[in-house]
Amino acid sequence: MSETPQLGQVGPAFPETQSLTENQPSPPVKQPKKKEAKPASLWRDAWYDLRRRPMFIFSLVLIAILLVMSFWPSLFTSINPFDAKTCELSTARQGPSAGHIFGRDNLGCDVYAKTIYGAKNSIIIGVATTVITALVGGLLGLLAGTRGGWTDVLTSRVTEVFFAIPSILGALLITATFRDAGIGIWIVVIALSVLAWPMTFRIMRAAVITARSQDFVLAAKALGAGQARIMFRHLLPNALAPVIVVATINLGGFIAAEAALSFLGVGVQSPDISWGLMIADARNRFLEAPLPLVFPALFLSITVLAFIMLGDAVRDALDPKLR
Amino acid sequence: MSKTSPHALPAEGGLGNEPLLAVDDLHVEFATRAGLVRAVNGVSYSLQAGETLAVLGESGSGKSVTAQAIMGILDMPPARIPKGEVRFNGTDLLRLSEEARTQVRGQRIAMIFQDALSALNPVFTVGWQISEMFRVHRGMGKRDAVKKAVELMDRVRIPGAKQRVNDYPHQFSGGMRQRIMIAMAIALDPEVLIADEPTTALDVTVQAQVMELLAELQRESNMGMILITHDLGVVADVADKIAVMYGGRIVENASVHDIYKAPAHPYTKGLLESIPRVDLKGQDLYAIKGLPPNLLDMPTGCAFHPRCPYRQDNCVTDSPPLYEISGTRNSACHYWREVLDGDQG
Repeated sequence: MSETPQLGQVGPAFPETQSLTENQPSPPVKQPKKKEAKPASLWRDAWYDLRRRPMFIFSLVLIAILLVMSFWPSLFTSINPFDAKTCELSTARQGPSAGHIFGRDNLGCDVYAKTIYGAKNSIIIGVATTVITALVGGLLGLLAGTRGGWTDVLTSRVTEVFFAIPSILGALLITATFRDAGIGIWIVVIALSVLAWPMTFRIMRAAVITARSQDFVLAAKALGAGQARIMFRHLLPNALAPVIVVATINLGGFIAAEAALSFLGVGVQSPDISWGLMIADARNRFLEAPLPLVFPALFLSITVLAFIMLGDAVRDALDPKLR
Repeated sequence: MSKTSPHALPAEGGLGNEPLLAVDDLHVEFATRAGLVRAVNGVSYSLQAGETLAVLGESGSGKSVTAQAIMGILDMPPARIPKGEVRFNGTDLLRLSEEARTQVRGQRIAMIFQDALSALNPVFTVGWQISEMFRVHRGMGKRDAVKKAVELMDRVRIPGAKQRVNDYPHQFSGGMRQRIMIAMAIALDPEVLIADEPTTALDVTVQAQVMELLAELQRESNMGMILITHDLGVVADVADKIAVMYGGRIVENASVHDIYKAPAHPYTKGLLESIPRVDLKGQDLYAIKGLPPNLLDMPTGCAFHPRCPYRQDNCVTDSPPLYEISGTRNSACHYWREVLDGDQG
């Protein structure tokens, strides 16, 4: 559309409309449009709302820092913890010093560098698991909610089976069984995804069922929309909000779960680095040297918090009733 | 109308006296937990091109269900059509495959709904939604489709169509939203437009405008229109003939003129008498006694007998057939003569 502002035309200048008494074309109603040139929608409104939330900005900044940390850790530290020469056993559990601000761990390695490098695995596991669960659970939920009938019954029963598995136990079982498969941290991603997709499924399914009963779906059908079009153009966009919200909140949970699995010895394996692994290594000498445990734990908490805060802010912004 | 539709089915232009759309002895029932609900029990009506049929009745009379059966948008199950035909240009729509019916919907028969706010998708702009009709069914490019959408918005007289094409449904007033819904429905020049209580959710001044618009669009394109309503006031100006429904049946069929002059069914009579009138200001408004029938447990005989001032003993036992009063007029009342003459039983 031509963006040239034909201001003269916007008002009552339409010859055909003089007989109309509806309030819409009258000039006063135009006011909000002048201020905000862009039209409003659920997503645009949400974005508009989010930009004004300190919690959202704060969590976004934190996440941005964490992302940079994961992919360019050398920007934050000159020490490469994967290089064994940087560790000195004789300086094990030394307190903070000039070159090693977080001190050294049980093997005399730099805690700060390890913490920085540990971000990568946490972020990859968190993001990958979220994406996989959102795709698998979301698509199946969309299908089950749209089609109903036996598709719904079958998929819903399958998710119930997964719900019955205690998650830590299930993840332990999967990771312990396939730890020799040689796929590194991806075994953690798979284990968490297998156990977590039913939650996304349920949320998507419920949202789709709610959307399905609305008039615009019937109207779309009455105007000749096919099933695929109804599914992806009418149901999906209207059911996406709760899934996105839960996905962001879950992301924090997955990072914490990775730490738990690594702590239990079935997650990320040494010599790879992860916060959970660092916590596990440091716990035996915690009273002597608390710092090698405290710093990765602190980073872990901040990361989880950042994603949960993001999810919270997105949830509030997408729910008009909370505005 | 000489449209060249790319879709061969059903055949254009009726044969002989075949009406554009004919509903014949349609039955629709719903399997519910409480039992079988017979929402439509043998409804028949017909529609010619350029004609407006008003289907009148209260909530639960089956008028909307009949329309949804014509469109094929009933959820089946729980709905079921055990009997009946819906002939469109001579082809029984109920026998077509789902794909063939999708081709009919929107392109040949379109429908508009009561509440246009909930009938429009809240997350897309109105321009997107109108132009989608052209993109999907006519294979138009995005730019052309939007241009057509603006033309349509002009045609349904939305002021500033060009500026408003990128607005979202909730940014429009009720009347404007209904116009957008109408624009979508007429986008592909359907032969039949079904309007399911198109003005019920609007305030009175806007109602008149929307009805006027519908009547005008119909004149321009010679569409057949089925106007479903419970508002007799809306009907008088635009309809050619009226089918009054009660308890899933048609109880009276007549031209608008005849029905307003002298109703031939006690239910129609009750409806007409319950219209508020300025000259009877201060008096109690007439109301039909009793409640609409419970579809799970229909009264025996004539469904209207518990509420009927003309009731005789046989009304309780014998279900009245649709008596023919004249060539264009029917009434499902044993005592239609008395009702027509106006002497209360």
